[in-house]
Amino acid sequence: MLMYVVRRLLQAVPVVIGTTFLIYFMVFSMPGDPILAMFGDKTPSPAVYDALAAQYHLDQPFIVQYGLYMKDLFTGNLGTTFSGEDVGTVLARTFPVTLKLAAMAIAFEFITAVVLGLFAGLRKGKLFDNITLVIGLILMSVPIFVLCFIAQYFVAIKWGWASPTVGADTSFANMLLPAIVLALSLFTTSMRLMRGTVIDTRSRDWVRTAYAKGLPARRVIPVHVLRNSLIPVVTNSAANFGVLMVGATVTEGIFNVPGVGNTLYQAIIRGEGPTVVSFVTVMVLAYVAINILVDLLYAVLDPRIRYA
Amino acid sequence: MKFSKSVIGGAALASASALVLVGCSPEGSESDSTATAGDSASTGAAIIKTNGSEPMNPLIPVATNETGGGKIIDALFAGLVYYDATGAAHNEVAESIETDDSQTFTVTLKDGWTFTDGTPVTASSFVDAWNWGADPANSATALNSYFFEQIEGFDGYNAEEGASNPEMSGLKVIDDSTFTITLNAPNSEFPLALGYSAFYPLPESFFADPEAFGKAPIGNGIYTLASADDWKHDVQIDLSVNDSYSGEREVMNDGLSIIFYASQDAAYADLLANNVDVIDGIPDANLATFGDDLGDRAVNQPAAIFQSFTIPQNLEHFSGEEGNLRRQAISMAINREEITNVIFQDTRTPASDFTSPVIDGWSDSIPGSEVLAYDPEKAVELWAEADAISPWSGTFSIGYNSDGGHQTWVEAVTNSIENTLGIDASGLPYATFADFRTDVTNRTIAGAFRTGWQADYPSLENFLGPIYYTGAGSNDGDYSSEEFDTLIDEGKTASTPEDAIAKFQEAQEVLFTDLPAIPLWYSNVTGGYAETVDNVQFDWHSVPLFYEITKK
Repeated sequence: MLMYVVRRLLQAVPVVIGTTFLIYFMVFSMPGDPILAMFGDKTPSPAVYDALAAQYHLDQPFIVQYGLYMKDLFTGNLGTTFSGEDVGTVLARTFPVTLKLAAMAIAFEFITAVVLGLFAGLRKGKLFDNITLVIGLILMSVPIFVLCFIAQYFVAIKWGWASPTVGADTSFANMLLPAIVLALSLFTTSMRLMRGTVIDTRSRDWVRTAYAKGLPARRVIPVHVLRNSLIPVVTNSAANFGVLMVGATVTEGIFNVPGVGNTLYQAIIRGEGPTVVSFVTVMVLAYVAINILVDLLYAVLDPRIRYA
Repeated sequence: MKFSKSVIGGAALASASALVLVGCSPEGSESDSTATAGDSASTGAAIIKTNGSEPMNPLIPVATNETGGGKIIDALFAGLVYYDATGAAHNEVAESIETDDSQTFTVTLKDGWTFTDGTPVTASSFVDAWNWGADPANSATALNSYFFEQIEGFDGYNAEEGASNPEMSGLKVIDDSTFTITLNAPNSEFPLALGYSAFYPLPESFFADPEAFGKAPIGNGIYTLASADDWKHDVQIDLSVNDSYSGEREVMNDGLSIIFYASQDAAYADLLANNVDVIDGIPDANLATFGDDLGDRAVNQPAAIFQSFTIPQNLEHFSGEEGNLRRQAISMAINREEITNVIFQDTRTPASDFTSPVIDGWSDSIPGSEVLAYDPEKAVELWAEADAISPWSGTFSIGYNSDGGHQTWVEAVTNSIENTLGIDASGLPYATFADFRTDVTNRTIAGAFRTGWQADYPSLENFLGPIYYTGAGSNDGDYSSEEFDTLIDEGKTASTPEDAIAKFQEAQEVLFTDLPAIPLWYSNVTGGYAETVDNVQFDWHSVPLFYEITKK
């Protein structure tokens, strides 16, 4: 088990280095001069221009900039944004918000998917199964921003059940609406996976054995069917969690959630290389960490993986 | 100029995001006048909530050149003059600003003004602040230093790296309440500029630690940042009323909360839910409906923003007499009425000059302005005359940045030209604003390109000199006309405002003949307010006059 964890961690090292390099390279190759963009239709004087270029290392060749950046990164210095704030501070402020939103969304997604998927699987081909299929397909095919605007308009503005935006108040209640919208946009895949596995598991030997032993359905279904059907759903939800951690840019924008996605988007627009790379680096780390956790979770759910 | 990307390019403005997990209630601030986003109906203090964006620079007046920080700076500081809703300047900290020759101005300050830290506002508060801003050693921070270029002794542009010039020779402190300003050249409109944020005073504590000041500014304005904690980065900033403010503007509310939005859509949704009181931008998707949504609470009026496209002087076929004919033909080939109506839902006003209707002295009947009327027959005629001089070849293109919502109107304009003149015309998109400006600045852009201008202070000259004067900083088309330059110089030395306006109108006549840029329209300020507030007026530079707003 320990070896397994160590091996997974070592695999993450080239991933992190490779990604930061690629991202840094891409940000660097973005067309346009970020300093000129800071001035709008005005043109800065050469003195101002040079001073700013030196401040952000923009006067150095790419590889030197990258080297300086990586050196700073490993000494814990993530650089500063154009407004003079420490990127670490910005991350520390935005990441918990995104984390909370993602956790809420995944919790909703997971619970809905498991419950609906279980019943759909148990009632394969019946009305309930078909209804969930249709609703799921609709939610999956509607673009996320449409879902967001519909929810915002009806739930928040028309009916006044929630605040249309999150803003400063990132309490559980205030983030409910964006979290549910995110969950709705994601749950179909997990739900269908759950349904399929339940159908598959029900015809397994051990389930038949359990019934043959005379165990009642209320025991067979939770213990023998449900638990053994969870693995693909856990994987899928965890992968979704990784995606959401990286920031649900669109949703965060529409609901004004002060999270990572929003900040990253703004940084890209402004061409703030260091901010973008720092954010992405932390996101890669988070993504890798979550994947390792998922693999460990497998082992808990399925002893066969643990002993393999 | 304060730039906002939605005005001049770029994508939706506003940084926004982020915050502390717990951050909702303003614990620890002495007064409970700080509101929280979300529950507007709560009783108690009348806090006005509005939209904004996280400042991109430290909160130092001379360091702030974008709208997000500008809105906050204007609430926190009071300058020598302030502007009312019509754009007229009134003395604020200044008792008087006097001059005999439009070159040396004597400023006398009113008594009794203090900063919120208790220190008095003296002549040195202004002179030291301006000198700091103009000092090349501070040029990386003082992004607005170009405002001081008119003052004698300013050398921020030519300085070597590391150079320092702590004092401009044009500024002299006479006593605590008097100082003089000497300009490089006479400019009768200079006092109009003194209400701009670059000219705000700074307290002594600023000079000890500018960096700390940028995080917790101390001002003398209508509102104050009571504690650095009231600035919740990327979320909102809560300003309370400054009890020591000594000006004549009467504050009708108990504070101002500026909520930072990543998108205008979110702000608009909050407005519809009465979660925010006033917003100064309507998302494109709602432009067609916001009048119905808000009724008489919708705001849609011309702003001090002039939009045009510039045809560089050296562009093939566009110089000399041939160029002149072609410029006029192109201008007459554009149906401005139809484009502003169909594409912008009347949120632009067709241009009738090179300035803006909110500026004192604006006129819609300057001789020569007929070229702005849609006249397809005349356009074809002029184009044919030009072809007789040298036959047309190639495509007429208008460069623009595609991240700023410009594509639709550029296409409409080029279609209008194409259909009228029967030539190939097309837009030339750049992916980002930065990319676009790089090519414009380096003069490597092919063809014509879009240009926009937002005035720094309410003056006709501010729309003309900086853009069309020979060698001016934003003269991207390299236009040069002796006649125009002379008229601008004469206007700047005129002894009365009326004379100055007459000269600037004459200068515009020259522009109408030469058409260095083709005027298109004035941007309107679009905004609105919720049922929760009354007395909402937008000022000449499209920002609501927050102090006047009353909460119901």
